[in-house]
Amino acid sequence: MKQLFTFVKKEFLHVFRDKKTLLMLFGLPITQIVLFGFALSNEIKNSKVVICDYSNDAVTKQIIEKIQASKYFDITEKVYGRDEIEKTFKKGEVKMAIVFPAHFADDLLHSNKAQIQVIADASDPNTATALKNNVSSIINDYSASIGARSIMPMQIVPEVRMLYNPELKGAPNFVPGVMALVLMLVCTMMSSIAIVKEKELGTMEILLVSPFKPIIIIISKLMPYLLISVFNFGIILILSSTLLGLEIKGSIFLLFAAATLFIVTSLAIGLLISTGAKTQQAAMMTSLMGMMLPTMLLTGFMFPIENMPLPMQLLSNIVPSRWFFVIIKNVMLKGLGFATVWKEMLILFSMSIFLLNISLRKFKIRLE
Amino acid sequence: MVELKNIKKTYNKGSIIAVEDISFNVDKGELFGLIGPDGAGKTSIFRMLTTLMIPDSGTASVNGFDIVKEYKAIRNCVGYMPGKFSLYQDLTVEENLSFFATIFGTTIKENYDLIKDIYVQIEPFKKRMAGKLSGGMKQKLALSCALIHKPTVLFLDEPTTGVDAVSRKEFWAMLKKLKQQGITIIVSTPYMDEAILCDRIALIQAGKILSLDTPEKIVTNFQDKLYAVKANNTYKLLTDLRKFSLTNSCFAFGEYLHVTFSENISENTVTAYLEKLGHTNIEFKTTIPTIEDCFIKLITSP
Repeated sequence: MKQLFTFVKKEFLHVFRDKKTLLMLFGLPITQIVLFGFALSNEIKNSKVVICDYSNDAVTKQIIEKIQASKYFDITEKVYGRDEIEKTFKKGEVKMAIVFPAHFADDLLHSNKAQIQVIADASDPNTATALKNNVSSIINDYSASIGARSIMPMQIVPEVRMLYNPELKGAPNFVPGVMALVLMLVCTMMSSIAIVKEKELGTMEILLVSPFKPIIIIISKLMPYLLISVFNFGIILILSSTLLGLEIKGSIFLLFAAATLFIVTSLAIGLLISTGAKTQQAAMMTSLMGMMLPTMLLTGFMFPIENMPLPMQLLSNIVPSRWFFVIIKNVMLKGLGFATVWKEMLILFSMSIFLLNISLRKFKIRLE
Repeated sequence: MVELKNIKKTYNKGSIIAVEDISFNVDKGELFGLIGPDGAGKTSIFRMLTTLMIPDSGTASVNGFDIVKEYKAIRNCVGYMPGKFSLYQDLTVEENLSFFATIFGTTIKENYDLIKDIYVQIEPFKKRMAGKLSGGMKQKLALSCALIHKPTVLFLDEPTTGVDAVSRKEFWAMLKKLKQQGITIIVSTPYMDEAILCDRIALIQAGKILSLDTPEKIVTNFQDKLYAVKANNTYKLLTDLRKFSLTNSCFAFGEYLHVTFSENISENTVTAYLEKLGHTNIEFKTTIPTIEDCFIKLITSP
């Protein structure tokens, strides 16, 4: 026990005295999240909007005024007809078009229901969603205010069309995806040099001629990176809830438990690379090259896994970040509990045990 | 204490022979030297005895434990100092020492007596990073770390390579002291002048033992008469003496050349030959052979 403690302490000293590694450990995940945070910011002000008002009555005028008054929109012109809308979109400056059909006020009065068509440029899905939400809330506010005055509830239904990217894939998935990617890469890379470093510096030679057990070295190599990564995960959570405005809906404890499992799994992959690698550089390259692509492709945040050919879908099962991504989405974004993610957590747990076992077996008790 | 029987080790699937059929014994409390140039196979022998490598064939034991089957027992009771400085450079002197003490299940205090003489010299720098120590101090620290668990056998692979002359002397004095405490020491060195400080030595070349005996006996086994020759132009002297029909061997040795001849020869014959070739200030005298002379003789004689 004392051996383990000394070993762990030694590993901490290594990490904290190596300023470059330390900078990478803390800097990389934070910068990534901050960068994505600004890139994904949903505060969109003064977007250019065109109005196509076939009705031109009191009600439409009121709605248009409300939209104009909002800080989000800037009505540039009024157009008539599909072709003109299309033209303004193609110029690229206009983000959204709002179409009021003819007899808008009449419909609203007589059938208590009227429709507005909202057309958004969804080539940038993020902006499009944000704009759609903003315009919907303005219209809902308005219909609520007029509804209160009449006996019958009146409804104005915004009918939204997303141009160019109707499914809006990607956007809300990004943050959990980046979390999984960043944690996975940083953890694997850091632990991949852990054992090979001792080999390269020659310290392994005297370490081997001592009564230590391989399990002790494996555990103590994991410890500092595990603690640092869990801490990092906390910072990432704070940043994504403050900077990105992503509300954490589920249990924080569950999130941390899942993150710990995922971090151990990633570290175990790194250790496995480390036991096999000949030099630190080779280990770094293997972990970077070997992990980057599968994680990006097969996690599911860039490309939905359901749409992939079957072999790829099967392959994605062995990528730990895929399971972590599901957990984070369910717990953080949807607020679901342990009952819905226990399967994924069990998979991560088994993976980490399996990988640690192999690295322990692969650990060479002699020099080659 | 240490026994090797017909040990053989090759690398690259047998294409490079590192150690060829080596057998020797080292007794308890002996200071045994492996003497040979770089690439002679010294490090391979050390690595096999410290259980870091498995021999291709042959058997060996340390403290009665087999180096392959009972490697764990050996790792508990030996001290090893590799040829390359192998401590943690980013840990301080004190941290290194206490780390190695702990992994062997002991403390600095417990065995302080054993390392005291060595450690007091580096103690003023105990807060310094090991990587920032000078060569001699690094070796002293490495020796302290190898000794901290009171090993019964100590393996030192070229401990004085890259160390200044004063530190080398100190280092050997320390080994003598350790020997007195009953520790068996196997040390390797490429420096022939250190060989006489050992109880027994094995001269190794290309993975084979050329000779194994006490340094004194190895020297007395040198039967030929050895002469030291000196003249103004050393290089020309070397080539001319090698051309001389009666010369057996001729090697530079400090400022002199050490020469043996195939038959008894008078000083005049040689000086006459050399003067004819234009050498001046010729000095010619008999000299006592050193280990190096023996080594050269052994590797040159067929």
